[in-house]
Amino acid sequence: METKNRTIFFEVCNLSISFGGLDALNDISFEVHKGEIFSIIGPNGAGKTTLFNCINGIYKPDGGHIIFKGQKIQGKRPDYVARLGIGRTFQNIELFTHMSTMENLMLGRHRYIKAGLLRGAIMWAKRSFAGREEVAHRRKVEEIIDFLDLQSVRNKFVGSLPYGTQKQVELGRALAMEPELLLLDEPCSGMNSEEKQDMIFWIKDIQDALGITILLIEHDMKMVMDISNRILVINFGKIVTEGSPEEVQKHPEVLRAYLGEQDNLENIA
Amino acid sequence: MDMKRDYYEDVRLFGSKVVLFWFLVLIAFLGFFPFLFRNYYVYLANYMAINVLVAIGLNLLVGYTGQISLGHAGFFAIGAYGTITLMTSAHLPFLVALVLAAIGAALLGFLLGLPALRLEGPYLSIATLGFGLTITQVIGRIGFFGGRQGLHAPELTIFSWHLDSDRDFYYLLITITVILTLVARNLVKTKVGRAFIAIRDADIAAETLGVNIMLYKTLAFAVSAFYTGLAGGLYAFVLRFIEPQIFSLLMSIIFLAMVVVGGLGSLFGSIAGACLLSWLDLELRNILSIPYLGGWLEALSKSYFSITGVSNIQLIIYGSIMVSIMLFEPLGIYGIWIRTKLYWKTWPF
Ligand SMILES: Nc1ncnc2c1ncn2[C@@H]1O[C@H](COP(=O)(O)OP(=O)(O)OP(=O)(O)O)[C@@H](O)[C@H]1O
Ligand SMILES: [Mg+2]
Repeated sequence: METKNRTIFFEVCNLSISFGGLDALNDISFEVHKGEIFSIIGPNGAGKTTLFNCINGIYKPDGGHIIFKGQKIQGKRPDYVARLGIGRTFQNIELFTHMSTMENLMLGRHRYIKAGLLRGAIMWAKRSFAGREEVAHRRKVEEIIDFLDLQSVRNKFVGSLPYGTQKQVELGRALAMEPELLLLDEPCSGMNSEEKQDMIFWIKDIQDALGITILLIEHDMKMVMDISNRILVINFGKIVTEGSPEEVQKHPEVLRAYLGEQDNLENIA
Repeated sequence: MDMKRDYYEDVRLFGSKVVLFWFLVLIAFLGFFPFLFRNYYVYLANYMAINVLVAIGLNLLVGYTGQISLGHAGFFAIGAYGTITLMTSAHLPFLVALVLAAIGAALLGFLLGLPALRLEGPYLSIATLGFGLTITQVIGRIGFFGGRQGLHAPELTIFSWHLDSDRDFYYLLITITVILTLVARNLVKTKVGRAFIAIRDADIAAETLGVNIMLYKTLAFAVSAFYTGLAGGLYAFVLRFIEPQIFSLLMSIIFLAMVVVGGLGSLFGSIAGACLLSWLDLELRNILSIPYLGGWLEALSKSYFSITGVSNIQLIIYGSIMVSIMLFEPLGIYGIWIRTKLYWKTWPF
């Protein structure tokens, strides 16, 4: 792996953004290696979601760089960033509520589908260009539906699905775009322990079987320590520490904030 | 995995043989329609077909993409004036002029869509309303477009086919409307339509999946304006004479009413809404000639509802019907249809 001019897979340098005097992110720098699960933890309002929003292009940072596969992406439009291969799920579910699970996942295929206005309009049969494309991409989506055990809700409107299932559909939608880097913003929040176990299993599987690099925001310390390769701790928009789960756990500020009392270990919010 | 699943089923034009059967029945009915009903109803059908085109176009914008427009009479006017002037001044054949005028409307729709990117809800309503009013004002001042005097539609010939009756025109209209309805159905089932709906439901999520929302929001305006412009071009030949006042704010509002009464985000709803309101519009004009009741209604409206003393009972009845539909079924006619279907599915349990 350690070749001479190895390009860094993903890197954030001196990133800063403020909202009306509040420094939501202040000089954040870190690096993510291909194939790892890199977690970002910190108390409420620390700036975790803001960091994701900067990576995605939803927010334009005031300063610093974000580099993905050698390309600067800060300040670029979200759809441009998406087409480079960065996928995302949201802390507060952002599904297309009036569409079925299948159709939601089909939006993940958006960047691969070529038939636009004209060829879509004249889709007259299975053999037409748009028809063949629809079939091919639906088949691909079906693989993800199988992967996440979503067959039973395949044709249901997602607005009416239970919360945990909606989170699953959102994960599926991000996977459908076959990202190289996947940003997961609290994928387990609001889930019961069984759903949580499944989600942890899938996240590991996404790393192992699909080889996708994962940036994870999560409040459940046990889970974070369990599945992360490395962890970044931020508070008030600043880096507290960064390192392996073992290293991070020993950091005095982390101990104070999170791990001071043993019973906190189970449910820290 | 279920290898036998036919994924095309999800997007097939006719979901099942039954649907195809009923579609063919409908086509056959439409084919014989002019021979079964008297001319007034053929005229009504023409009027309906044009409004169906507008309602579908407007629904793609309002219902599917979630952008409002109170200026569609403007695109309608561009289609109407464009088609006639391209035929009379540039001597283009009807179909060419019609399509070019519709493309012109689409281009203008695209341009209107650009400022619309920064506007939402009430602000977008006012911006589009301004557009609609400006178009009629401008047309009214340009002598080339007949100014306040208006324009007469030329004779209508397609190759060697002289369309000199409502019945001839009916066949042209129905063909265009059926084709463009199927096209709209395909659009909403494929990439572009999915992007429209995604933008309406969760625009940020759509962007993070690679949907260029600027492109698709303006595209929605363009497609919507294309349908409306085409309908406008056809309408010029239903009326045979056009003048700026026709393309009023009220017309834009009625277009929007068709979409809302029919059901936002439903093509079936657009068709139903357009047909119902077209029918009411023409039928209510006759209300005053109903024996006894007509006179009574006229007197009632003159003394209680009208400031100017002119009877406006048509509008009042029209309005009350719209209000009742929305009151009892916020999803519009489409909602009623869904409930009926559900009822029959579960019947008799
Ligand atoms: N668009 C915005 N406008 C103003 N302030 C914002 C905006 N987005 C985030 N902030 C502020 O930035 C800070 C960081 O918010 P952020 O959502 O990133 O926190 P977080 O770490 O994700 O917290 P949580 O764990 O609660 O999700 C907060 O103080 C928040 O109020
Ligand atoms: Mg957050």
